[in-house]
Formats: sequence, structure tokens, C-alpha cells
Amino acid sequence: MKPPVFEYVSPASLDDAIAALSAPDAGDVKVLAGGQSFVPLLSLRLAQPSLVVDINGIDELTAITEEAGVLTIGSMVRQRQAEYSDVVKKACPLMAEAIPFIGHTAIRNRGTVGGSIAHADPAAELPTVAACLDAELVARGPGGERTVPASEFFTGFFTTALAEDEILTAVRIRSVGTATGAAYEEVARRHGDFAMAGVGAQIRLDGDVVAEARIAISGVDLAPVRASKAEAALTGRTVDDSILEEAAQAAVADLSPSSDLHGSAAYRKHVAGVLIRKTVATAAARARENQ
Amino acid sequence: MSHKEITVTVNGRKRTVSVEVRRTLADFLREDLGLTATHLGCEHGVCGACTVVVDGHTERSCTQLAVQADGREITTVEGLAGSDGTLHPVQQALRDNHSFQCGFCTPGFVMSIYGMCEEKKAGRPVPCSREEIREELSGNICRCTGYQSIVDGAEAALASTGAEAALAGTGSDNTGGQA
Repeated sequence: MKPPVFEYVSPASLDDAIAALSAPDAGDVKVLAGGQSFVPLLSLRLAQPSLVVDINGIDELTAITEEAGVLTIGSMVRQRQAEYSDVVKKACPLMAEAIPFIGHTAIRNRGTVGGSIAHADPAAELPTVAACLDAELVARGPGGERTVPASEFFTGFFTTALAEDEILTAVRIRSVGTATGAAYEEVARRHGDFAMAGVGAQIRLDGDVVAEARIAISGVDLAPVRASKAEAALTGRTVDDSILEEAAQAAVADLSPSSDLHGSAAYRKHVAGVLIRKTVATAAARARENQ
Repeated sequence: MSHKEITVTVNGRKRTVSVEVRRTLADFLREDLGLTATHLGCEHGVCGACTVVVDGHTERSCTQLAVQADGREITTVEGLAGSDGTLHPVQQALRDNHSFQCGFCTPGFVMSIYGMCEEKKAGRPVPCSREEIREELSGNICRCTGYQSIVDGAEAALASTGAEAALAGTGSDNTGGQA
């Protein structure tokens, strides 16, 4: 349970970090953000990089800003900082709702928003939030900056569209307007454990009718899943018990989660359905309050 | 093997030390500084026994590298009691409530509860009901399953902690932009 031998650099600028990542003799390089998943991977020797590039000293990655209806969260913003940010609460209530489910206080004090997204655990909260809200993930590499939509970012099990020499620098999310509500729920064995299933929902109402529904599910596939059929079932309708049931059924019909010692596939599907009903009902009620 | 010189302040004492870059902060505290009160249970961020306070915030010392502590201020459980041995109010509350069985998990619980009390002092929202305390402390595992008395101790410690002006380096400004 001790990390293997590696070389270590802690650049103070993004340019220096990218230069370190893309150096021809860099070998097997890994980026160290909050380290709440990566350092355990080192200790378990599941990761044995030749070089670790620590980006904790890069101040330009630690800002939370909102401009022209877009919330931008630097990738090295600590989860705890986002959790308590008034800007985040207002512009992206779904993220503020989801973060308390991540680990524990001591984990969130260190863990980062970008680190969780780049790690892409399919049971994790922030990738699910990013998928739910069609977040734009900003990546910087030696060739410059590019923006990847969440729908193309999470490509598989712990796998993203980030190239080896790219760093996730920020997450951009459209700020919510009026008549919009959000809710996040998950079921885990213990508080702070990774979810057997989790659901993030954001509902925008037009009067009593759902103008836009966004739902994403964690823990049921190799990456967070958008529940497009449930979203379609809700759009243009008034939220009541039968519509909630219809949406939940539509969402879980296509799921084929795996079974493990924490929960069977059938149980995960059941939980996902229950959480869709709960989160959509809560999000719609909150949207009504914000009208 | 790759080494780096770091300067850290541990329990108020500033030290400049050369550490191997793969050394975790927990191993650095225990093996290099001899501060063995910080315990290591799981060594991958699950059990909470290695919890310490870094720049005013509770963090796991097993999921960060010692080199990352360069320029930072660390408090371990050894740093809580007064120099004359007077227990910190959190330690006293846990002692009064017999919040120990074998004691292996205790340093982590003490630091987590200390962190909660510091946040309360700084005016941040902290869990105060028994149920909320249980949730908050679920990141610390006691394999003797002595949770009842630990929650009693935490409740007493929090009840005797009043909100006051933010302490230096604590609470409201978790900017995360450490060196």
C-alpha cells in the first residue's frame, strides 16, 4: 500500500504543465489533481506512472465565474468550495445538490470538480451532473484549447475524450433561469460510498407544463446515462404520479446495469426508477416555486 | 529515487525536510517526523483514521503526497492539547463520554470532530443533530463499533462550541489554491 517510484513536477502555470505532459521523453505521465482517487490508485499500484504532473499549484484553474448566462468552474476548484459557492448554488443548483453526496467533508476539502469529471467514475456525481446539463468540458493541450460536449466526453468506463497530453481546465454550464428546479438523489450502502444508482434531474416549467426535462443516471452503465426517453415522456406534460411512473418506466427499460456484491442488476434498475420519480417530482416542485 | 525539499509547519513548528516524492503525507508524519498519533487504517481514503487538518481544513493524509504539503500548515492530534497536557475541549468531551474502545480510530475521529467545531466557530453550517453528526462522521470507521459513545462525545463537543469570529486560517475561505 505504498505508491511506486515516480518522478514528480509541480508546475505553477498551465503552459508548463502541458509542456511537461507533452515532452517527448515524458513516458507514462499522469495528472494529479485533488488526488482523492488517484493517490489511492498509486498506493494500490493500479497506476504506476513514470511522471506525475501535480496541477495543484496552478492558480488559474481555481476560479468560479458567471458571465453572460454561463457558469465556468475551474477544474481545480475544490468540491467543498463549489458546494458552498453562492454563484454555483444560484447558477447550477443541481451541482450544489449533488456535491454533498461525494465522499465526506475531508474528501471534498481536497477533491476537485475537474478531477472527478476527468476520472469519470460511472457512479460519481459530478460526471452525472455534467451529462445531465450538457456541460462543456474545456481541455487544453499543446495544440491549444478545445471544448468537448459532455455527450462526447465520457467515452466509457473511467475513460474520457481527453488526450494523454491534455488537461481539463474548466467546466462550462449554462446558468439556470426562472421556473427551473433541480434535484439529486442517490442510494449507496453508506453515506459517501459510490452510488448503486443515482439520478440528477433538472426541470423547467412553462406554467404547469414541462418545457424542458434533463435527467441523468449514475451507476447503471459504463458512463453516466442520459434518460432521453424519460425526458421526452415528460416534455409538454404536467407532472403527476402517472407521468412520473411513465417517465421512470421509459428510463429503466433500456438500462442493463451489472450486478455486484452491492446490488443486483434488477435492484439497481428498481432504484433508478424510484429515484427518477423522486427527483423529477422534487425538481418540478422547486421549478414551480421559482416561477 | 526522486526527492524534494519541502518546508512545512506541523503543530506550529516549521521544518525543512527532504522527502521522497512518493511518500504520502501520512507516512511523512509518522515515519519522518515521528508523529505516530496519526493512524493508518486502509491507506486509500476510506477509513478516516489518518485525518489531519491542513490549512484549516480536514483532509486525509493518506491521499496526498508529502511534497504537496510544501508551504502548508498541518495540525495533527498531537497538536491539540496544551503544552501542560491540558486536553483540547474536543478531547475532553470525548474523554467525558468514554468515546473509545481500542482507540485505533480515535485520532481520526478527534480531528474530524475538531474540524466540525472549527467550522462552527467560523460560522459555517455544521451538522448538530445526532443523525447529522452520524452522517458527517460516516467518513470515520470504528471497527469496535463504538459509535454510540463517539456520537455522544461529538454532540457534547459541538454543543460546547459557540460560533465566534472566524479563526485565522479556518472555515470560510476554502479557496483550494494552496501551494
